[in-house]
Amino acid sequence: MSDHLIIGDHATVGRHETFSYLPPLSREEIVEQILFILDNGWNASIEHEHPSRAFEYYWPMWKLPFFGVDDPELLLTEIEACRRSYPDHHVRLVGYDTFAQTKGHAFLVHRAS
Amino acid sequence: MSTKTYDAGVKDYALTYWTPDYVPLDSDLLACFKVTAQANVPREEAAAAVAAESSTGTWTTVWSDLLTDLDYYKGRAYRIEDVPGDNESFYAFVAYPIDLFEEGSIVNVLTSLVGNVFGFKAVRHLRLEDIRFPLHYVKTCGGPPNGIQVERDRMDKYGRPFLGATVKPKLGLSAKNYGRAVYEMLRGGLDFTKDDENVNSQPFMRWQNRFEFVMEAVRKAQEETGERKGHYLNVTAPTCEEMFKRAEFAKELGAPIIMHDFLTGGFTANTSLANWCRDNGMLLHIHRAMHAVIDRHPKHGIHFRVLAKCLRLSGGDHLHTGTVVGKLEGDRRSTLGFVDAIRESFVPEDRSRGLFFDQDWGGMPGLLAVASGGIHVWHIPALVAIFGDDAVFQFGGGTQGHPWGNAAGAAANRVATEACIKARNEGVEVEQHAREILTEAARHSPELAAAMETWKEIKFEFDTVDKLDAA
Repeated sequence: MSDHLIIGDHATVGRHETFSYLPPLSREEIVEQILFILDNGWNASIEHEHPSRAFEYYWPMWKLPFFGVDDPELLLTEIEACRRSYPDHHVRLVGYDTFAQTKGHAFLVHRAS
Repeated sequence: MSTKTYDAGVKDYALTYWTPDYVPLDSDLLACFKVTAQANVPREEAAAAVAAESSTGTWTTVWSDLLTDLDYYKGRAYRIEDVPGDNESFYAFVAYPIDLFEEGSIVNVLTSLVGNVFGFKAVRHLRLEDIRFPLHYVKTCGGPPNGIQVERDRMDKYGRPFLGATVKPKLGLSAKNYGRAVYEMLRGGLDFTKDDENVNSQPFMRWQNRFEFVMEAVRKAQEETGERKGHYLNVTAPTCEEMFKRAEFAKELGAPIIMHDFLTGGFTANTSLANWCRDNGMLLHIHRAMHAVIDRHPKHGIHFRVLAKCLRLSGGDHLHTGTVVGKLEGDRRSTLGFVDAIRESFVPEDRSRGLFFDQDWGGMPGLLAVASGGIHVWHIPALVAIFGDDAVFQFGGGTQGHPWGNAAGAAANRVATEACIKARNEGVEVEQHAREILTEAARHSPELAAAMETWKEIKFEFDTVDKLDAA
């Protein structure tokens, strides 16, 4: 170990599960994850909640899961519409896996400040 | 009118138990043994002996054989195959009628299949390579108390593997210091921490004291990070009464998960504990101490894929499977074979993965594969490629050996894992691009950068002792 190594401090920060240890995803990066969800045959869904209640299992759904939608642009538009309607809420994107009967993917796409 | 007469004495096993024309029934329990017979014992005779000694037979004819329909109850050796690359041994396939076994009793199955026969003089070595449990029998077993889907929903974790770590040093910490180590790892970003298998209730840290401090650590880390956390409270105990007492206390404290050692604790205790977990909404992590005694020798014992299938039937939500890449033994294709066997609902025969039979699990839940032992951030791309999402990666030394301590070590592992998952989802071959993915992720995480520097030289490249049989 090198002599000049300085021991750093890791501060505890509020997190939001998958990808919350990475820098916020760019629009292009979100599209990649949407494509991953769609390529798996999963149904995309959007959820939002106020940070004070983010720990709870159920976040309100934005509209319904987007059954049959395979256009990432449409999902980006819906994410944006959800964010505008609930400006103080977190927004996350979910992929429902019908066969596993659970979510195949779920990650924050907008973090309320 | 009687059709058979009693003829005292010893006759060749093959006359009764070698039935090459037999077509196994869907309801038969099938087993594949690797047999190494004594010199001068013909293959058919050795295979028949194994079938006989693991079912109805004994070394001599007895008059009471004629009081029952042995043709209905006997095990049948129905196929013999060469072992690729091995002139000395052969595979013997045996079919057992389902009524030989008590419903829902892995104990009974193992007592028959790997009982006396393993000490039988006519065979020099014997290894149980695989079992096909008929769906009829699977349905009599409880199986995993919760399963992968329930665990994901309860822990609220999707689209990535779970991350854990065993608290180190494994023995000797006081309960309060131990809880500190747990807290630091959980607040840093791990989902689970784990009691080491030999942490039960020793003089330096009694179980009750450990459970209380650990759960305080879990609660606090959960509040501060906003993520659901757990610690595998080891309830493995000297008696079943004591085991249940510890499990009840874990529940009282609000623990989401407890842990048991299924081989040293035994299948009876394990099945009872799994049933308790199912009734009490408790996840069950299964450790496998003693497995290498049983499964490591390529010619004798029981292959781990059999132990893994038995555990799935007995019950557990996590099972250690080795890492392929870490400090412990494990062939990659063979590991993938038994990882499928614990996670999937139908697993087809695939000799290239060491799977000798189709296995239908019906609706029985699958369990998470646990990769633990000598792994650190540099292994994460390979672990993601090998295990995918339905696994727990456990970094003991690889978290607590971080130069900044446990929280930073945990964060490093979490960042590296998420970076690999993100890249994989984007279509990147993560193993081939391991260095770029980690280096890029470390630009935003000094914790990861420090971990990569610390462990850059560490590899565990020894040859595997128990390889798949190949020419």
